[in-house]
Amino acid sequence: MARLDHGFYSLEERIFYVLLLLGGAVTAAGLYAAHSMETHGHAITGMTNQVVWGLPHVFAIFLIVAASGVLNVASIGSVFGQALYKPRAPLSGLLSLAMLAGGLTVLMLDLGRPDRVIVAATHYNASSVFAWNVLLYSGMAAIVALYLWTLLERRMNRYAKAAGIAALIWRFALTTGTGSIFAFLIARQAYQSAVLAPLFIVLSFAWGLAAFLIVQAAMYAWNGQALPEAVRARMARLLGVFVAAALYLVAVYHLTNLYFAKQAAFEAFILLGRGDPSGLFAPLFWLGYVLLGTLLPMLLLWLPQAAGPRSLLAACALVLLGAFALLFVFIIGGQAFPLEIFPGYTATSSFADGTAEIYSPRWPEWLLGFGGLGVAFLLTTIGVRALDFLPQDDFVGRAE
Amino acid sequence: MSSGSTEALAGRRKFLGLAAAGAGGVLLAPGIHLIEVAQAATPEVTSKVRWGLLIDTTKCSSGCSDCISACNAENGLDPVPSPTSAQWIRKVEIKEIKTGRQASVPVMCQHCAEPPCVDVCPTGASFKRADGIVLVDRHACIGCRYCVMACPYKARSFVHEPLTNQKPDVPRGKGCVEGCTLCVQRIDRGGTPACVEACDKAGHHAMLFGNLNDPDSAISKRVRELATRQLRADLKLDPGVRYLGL
Repeated sequence: MARLDHGFYSLEERIFYVLLLLGGAVTAAGLYAAHSMETHGHAITGMTNQVVWGLPHVFAIFLIVAASGVLNVASIGSVFGQALYKPRAPLSGLLSLAMLAGGLTVLMLDLGRPDRVIVAATHYNASSVFAWNVLLYSGMAAIVALYLWTLLERRMNRYAKAAGIAALIWRFALTTGTGSIFAFLIARQAYQSAVLAPLFIVLSFAWGLAAFLIVQAAMYAWNGQALPEAVRARMARLLGVFVAAALYLVAVYHLTNLYFAKQAAFEAFILLGRGDPSGLFAPLFWLGYVLLGTLLPMLLLWLPQAAGPRSLLAACALVLLGAFALLFVFIIGGQAFPLEIFPGYTATSSFADGTAEIYSPRWPEWLLGFGGLGVAFLLTTIGVRALDFLPQDDFVGRAE
Repeated sequence: MSSGSTEALAGRRKFLGLAAAGAGGVLLAPGIHLIEVAQAATPEVTSKVRWGLLIDTTKCSSGCSDCISACNAENGLDPVPSPTSAQWIRKVEIKEIKTGRQASVPVMCQHCAEPPCVDVCPTGASFKRADGIVLVDRHACIGCRYCVMACPYKARSFVHEPLTNQKPDVPRGKGCVEGCTLCVQRIDRGGTPACVEACDKAGHHAMLFGNLNDPDSAISKRVRELATRQLRADLKLDPGVRYLGL
């Protein structure tokens, strides 16, 4: 492919600063939202005592789960020795750190008392899945940083495989931990399922790879290069497999629920929208996650007629869209469905017992959520500019 | 240096020493005094006691909300709750789908023996006292709301707004999670929860408070004689609150 015209390169430096400014502005808006929530309380958000985890958790959990999965590219290279993936390992590590930082920023700033976050380090309750995750997240950051060092510093290269194996094991634990935040909740019908742990692992593979492919495409375009066809085809096939596997586990989760009579009302609520006053969850699940986020990307990735860099990018964007749809249904829908304190009875009260909640996120939640994406974007942009993260496919030749 | 200036210097040193000692005393004394006050105010809490409630729904009338008003007044909660207000006790009006049988049920923290809120709390702010009362340490709660997600009884509230004029006995604050304390401040002075008192005052006597571990207590005798049940008994959390007539 011919290099882009020289006009772009004379402007490159400026465009970099424009991107920084853009990322900085989105991050600053997120920080402003957090400051407002800190000053006025969560009353300025759409969250209530029925839906206590709102949109910020959707963004945070997306970023954290994808941060684990994006490292898959590095693992395939370092641990399983796939030559194609090795040059992509550093970029995958950087993205993992950036997304983890973005997700944790949102999670932390959404606390009722973010000023007390240090208490989470000094007071540790060993039976809390959240507390395990404090260790898992900080450990993940440390291991990925170490792993990046072994990849980028030539003298450390021989330890790359060991570091890669450690990172692989750690992120299995991390995503299991994230899934278990919900899997261990006995109170709510949407959760308490062991299948959530493997589901989150497979979802992380799909979301992480989709995010990686988008960033990689942007970097290639920036440098006036095109992704080698063989690389594109293999990574597209892999993404298709991950997306299909995730759909399978989502189906297993709902099918087991459908078999239990006690879960029938909840499944009707999510899948058919029965008793959902917002009318949001069923369309988001079927149209957002299943159709746009899964089936359409699978067609784009697997159909020979659709093969091409544009289809791949479109598929990646759709997978990420589907991720948000699925997480919204899972996290918000799971809380909106009323707790069943009196099975066999209808219930009403001043505290919204027996009533499905309508959650409408307000501006602070949107800004805080996008602020997390801003943090990840900012760190990635600076990282790829300051260090050499562009994958070099020597064996297939530079595509210039 | 003249002898006069040396004397002046010694005098100044002496003054500074005395001033430092005095200032130290002024600074430390209230702290020491507070420690004494805090220790004096904490009666012995042992697992020989398991505080519990027995709620007779057949005596609880649908229109009455005296227990809620008493709780709000005792603990400084909003008298007229907004959608985001904390509600430590609420009346749930239930109707059996098959039979149409109705009941009015006061629901509050069930003070479980195996509280899920305590299990999930990352900082240990949610805790169970030796006498079975489940509480939140206001100073260790980071406001993550994981306990609200974990509680099967919807007993926890998150404080969404800044608060003013809190009761000295009932520490509350924006950004923290809270719930029924069984009026621990009254129990520790030998009293009963405000809701129970209000229900008795109204002449309903639908709530009985007492020590479940004492076989001779009124509540122990009642739960031994009558068929009572715990909410969501299938979860085996062993709540300290029992219901009659459900």
